[in-house]
Amino acid sequence: MNARHAGRLLTPAVYAVCLIAWEGLVHGFAIPSWLLPAPSQIMAAALAWGPELAANAFVTLRETLAGFLLALALSLPLAGLIAFNALARRSLYPLLLGLQSVPKVALAPLMTVWFGFSEWPKILIVVLVCFFPILVNVVAGLDSVPSAMLDLMRSLGAPQHMVLRRLRIPAALPALFTGCKVAITFAVIGAVIAEFVSAQSGLGYLIMITTSQSQTPVAFAAILVLTGISVALFYAIEFLEKRFVTWKV
Amino acid sequence: MMASTHGQAAGAAASGPRSVPVIALEGLTKTFPGADGRPVHALGPVDLRILPGEFVALVGPSGCGKSTLLRLIAGLEAASGGTRQRYGTPFEAPSHEVGIIFQDHVLFPWATVLENVLLPADILHLPRRVADERARKLLALTGLSDFAGHKPQMLSGGMKQRAAFCRAMLADPRFLLLDEPFGALDALTREELSLELSRLWGELGRTAFMITHDIDEAILLGDRVLVMSPRPGRIVADIAVDLPRPRSVDTAAHPRFQAIKQQIRRLIFERRST
Ligand SMILES: Nc1ncnc2c1ncn2[C@@H]1O[C@H](COP(=O)(O)OP(=O)(O)OP(=O)(O)O)[C@@H](O)[C@H]1O
Ligand SMILES: [Mg+2]
Repeated sequence: MNARHAGRLLTPAVYAVCLIAWEGLVHGFAIPSWLLPAPSQIMAAALAWGPELAANAFVTLRETLAGFLLALALSLPLAGLIAFNALARRSLYPLLLGLQSVPKVALAPLMTVWFGFSEWPKILIVVLVCFFPILVNVVAGLDSVPSAMLDLMRSLGAPQHMVLRRLRIPAALPALFTGCKVAITFAVIGAVIAEFVSAQSGLGYLIMITTSQSQTPVAFAAILVLTGISVALFYAIEFLEKRFVTWKV
Repeated sequence: MMASTHGQAAGAAASGPRSVPVIALEGLTKTFPGADGRPVHALGPVDLRILPGEFVALVGPSGCGKSTLLRLIAGLEAASGGTRQRYGTPFEAPSHEVGIIFQDHVLFPWATVLENVLLPADILHLPRRVADERARKLLALTGLSDFAGHKPQMLSGGMKQRAAFCRAMLADPRFLLLDEPFGALDALTREELSLELSRLWGELGRTAFMITHDIDEAILLGDRVLVMSPRPGRIVADIAVDLPRPRSVDTAAHPRFQAIKQQIRRLIFERRST
């Protein structure tokens, strides 16, 4: 076997060794499944609870995506305003950067007080955690346009909307995707924590309920699904990034 | 103090005594607000006339204000004093009749070579078909036809500068400004592109103003070589290059070339030692 094949097989091999060790440890020390279930028990639970896992995953995914898209819709115009308006930059930007330091998930109970037991408190928490990474990165991206490129546009007498469309927006795209990748990871965490606080559905809710009922294998299965969602969303954004950002900076 | 031997060569292209200068500067100065509050006198006063069809090259030490002068001529920078006229009219803003080639090619990395070259057409709303045809002609002229659909990052440094040249020429400017267009390239590519530019310029018959660090390049391309003093930059010499055109690899071996080069080097180094 040559080195390239060995390299490709290394990662799955490491996973396999870890899973086998985990399985062996649980059985060897007779650890009860409510404390630490073995991989085989988690798989069994995942299959038995398949419909519940899917239904709750759908709820969490919906909250995550709705919050993320809403944050995108809010932060893009604001970033534009801050990048192009000196007054907005001096007044709004410090305020927003200050708000960024507030631990957003700590607001989850308040959101429930304000917006009740609907899906909105969860979506709003997701909006809050996604908003800042996108905003900060897009502002930086819009700022990062080389002055020589602006000179070029000016020498051609390009109007502002042309400078925006042909220069500033493409120049800010890599930073936008960086912001989105950070945000989407936060988004899943935000949704789950909001579900911990108050919910009747969602993977966070399922984890809370099953853990309290000592159905630990189901909780593990839910965490597994959650990880899958997080990874899938991240790679979906990376896929879009590869499609749209075809240049190196 | 103008060590001027100017007078014979300016007529390289059609420029009768009554033709309006492309650019006429009088007592032009530029002072920047310094970082520490003390203003930086970067340039001037500069008097300069560039006649239609002329290729004027400017050499001078680093930081003497060459780029500042070019940006003032382009209308990208506000003057601190003096007057400037373009085709006999005072101006403050850039004109699309003036093409600029910047030191660093300034191609958009997200657009293909062809899209980059077509940028002026989009901005100036030139008819698409005419612009397309012209872009392809320019790319063929500079040997870039096979790279029209490539992203700039796949091009060598010299090819990027050629693409920048195509873009600058697309809107058919009457006057071309070049700020050390080959500054970032190795000596061989530089000479090759200089000769190529000289040939293209001869064919296209434009007026040009070029900044360079390289005395050879200035003589190879220019009808006149202007020499600038250290900051604040003033034009201390205006030397006519009475070498035959078209210029070639052999031009540098011409005894007249060597004599002019020596004259310029003396001007630069003698000023420096005093
Ligand atoms: N925007 C600016 N603000 C303040 N000072 C400036 C600015 N642009 C240029 N200067 C100063 O003006 C002087 C001339 O700069 P300029 O770029 O014209 O020099 P140059 O001759 O083109 O140099 P080089 O050959 O290195 O490109 C320098 O001392 C520079 O620090
Ligand atoms: Mg310069």
